[in-house]
Amino acid sequence: MVDLWEGLTQAFWLIVSLDAELAEIALRSLRITFTALALACLIALPLAALLAVRRFRLRRTVIAIMNALMGLPPVVVGLVVYVLLSRSGPFGALGLLFTPTAMIIAQMIVIVPLVASIAQQSLRELWHEYHDLLISMNVSQGQKMRTLLWDARRALLTAALAGFGRGIGEVGAIMIVGGNIDNVTRVLTTAIALETGKGEFALALALGFVLIALAISVNLAIHWISQTEREGRW
Amino acid sequence: MSALFPLSVRGATTRRRGKVLVGPVDLDLDTEGITVVVGPNGAGKTSLMRLLHGTARLHAGTINWACDVKTARNAQAFVFQRPVMLRRSVWENLAYPLVIRGVPRREAKARALDWAKRVGLAGMFDRPAPVLSGGEQQKLAIARALISEPELIFLDEPCASLEGRATREIEEILMAARDAGTRLLLSTHDMGQVRRLADRVLFLLAGRVHEDASASEFFAGPNTREAKAFVKGDIVE
Repeated sequence: MVDLWEGLTQAFWLIVSLDAELAEIALRSLRITFTALALACLIALPLAALLAVRRFRLRRTVIAIMNALMGLPPVVVGLVVYVLLSRSGPFGALGLLFTPTAMIIAQMIVIVPLVASIAQQSLRELWHEYHDLLISMNVSQGQKMRTLLWDARRALLTAALAGFGRGIGEVGAIMIVGGNIDNVTRVLTTAIALETGKGEFALALALGFVLIALAISVNLAIHWISQTEREGRW
Repeated sequence: MSALFPLSVRGATTRRRGKVLVGPVDLDLDTEGITVVVGPNGAGKTSLMRLLHGTARLHAGTINWACDVKTARNAQAFVFQRPVMLRRSVWENLAYPLVIRGVPRREAKARALDWAKRVGLAGMFDRPAPVLSGGEQQKLAIARALISEPELIFLDEPCASLEGRATREIEEILMAARDAGTRLLLSTHDMGQVRRLADRVLFLLAGRVHEDASASEFFAGPNTREAKAFVKGDIVE
């Protein structure tokens, strides 16, 4: 209980004193997660739209695999990316291991199935609604996908926010491929793991509270910007 | 000069799960104005219209327009019984058929405004379409069908579940479209509407065209017992 209270107090002081190290770590966390999320959305959203409008033989299998991958263990993802990027791995020559780029790649792999699955469900419902109209208008496959993605944008925002939540709170994969190097690859979650290991529970809790505050703030900001609750909008 | 017509249908049949929904149908269509498809529930009115439009599968027979299938589809539009609204504003719904055909957005918006004025929706131009009333949505759906200047519009019971005023407004829009040269193929249960709008009547029963006549001939004296009973308002199965 004392640790919790101390953690809260320390989190408060870290924020109001604009602690330089905390700001750097928090900004790095945001930068890595937003980049991974943007890349994940570039893959997941068109994939979800394609699965919604196109009928092909293995479609159900692809959807089932995608849904199953939502529970992909980040540690395993981290390990696989580590092997691929390590000196002896196929991409070792790129020298990406223990860099923010490696962390982005690992986070992106973790996020893609989650965003794609949630998006696919929303788009499938919308496609059911639009099907007859778009077929009767002789709309091309690409136009169907673009129409669905645009008209379901608010539902897709929820998918993206779920991806953000998964990414910003991720520790296993990025710890393995990033290495938690001070001033280079240390982010909020890996810093929490480090401080906990050192027995600095109050500081770890403080960083945890900052992480939660950051995640909530980003969610609220995006909701506010997109005005999802305004009457008559979607 | 029509690119679509004459339409020639020979032995056209569509099925669902082995059950024949429509067919075999033989039909020649070159009439201008409004052709109304009437018949009891389950007669196959919607299926026939979907079959002609190309959104239902043709299992047997032929449907030949005067042009190739792609040109024919682009010269047609379909209005559904329950209007499908894109989750966009009124103007974006109106402009959609133009935008997908590559019309610049500014020009599409100007034409959308023109059509919104014609159908009395100018005051709701920027409102989200899904929050409009049923009658307003159906007017919007018809205007969206007309905006790309199709040669033929299919209307599947466009006034079903609408009250009198909305029905009258929609009929006025349809008559204006007819006067402008658009051909309409409309299905309905409402015999009053058939009398008000029809230039030609197709009476459908059990998936087949039972009677095909001009509106005046059809109402003056239907040839078949079933059509007579239907015109009288008796129950026909």
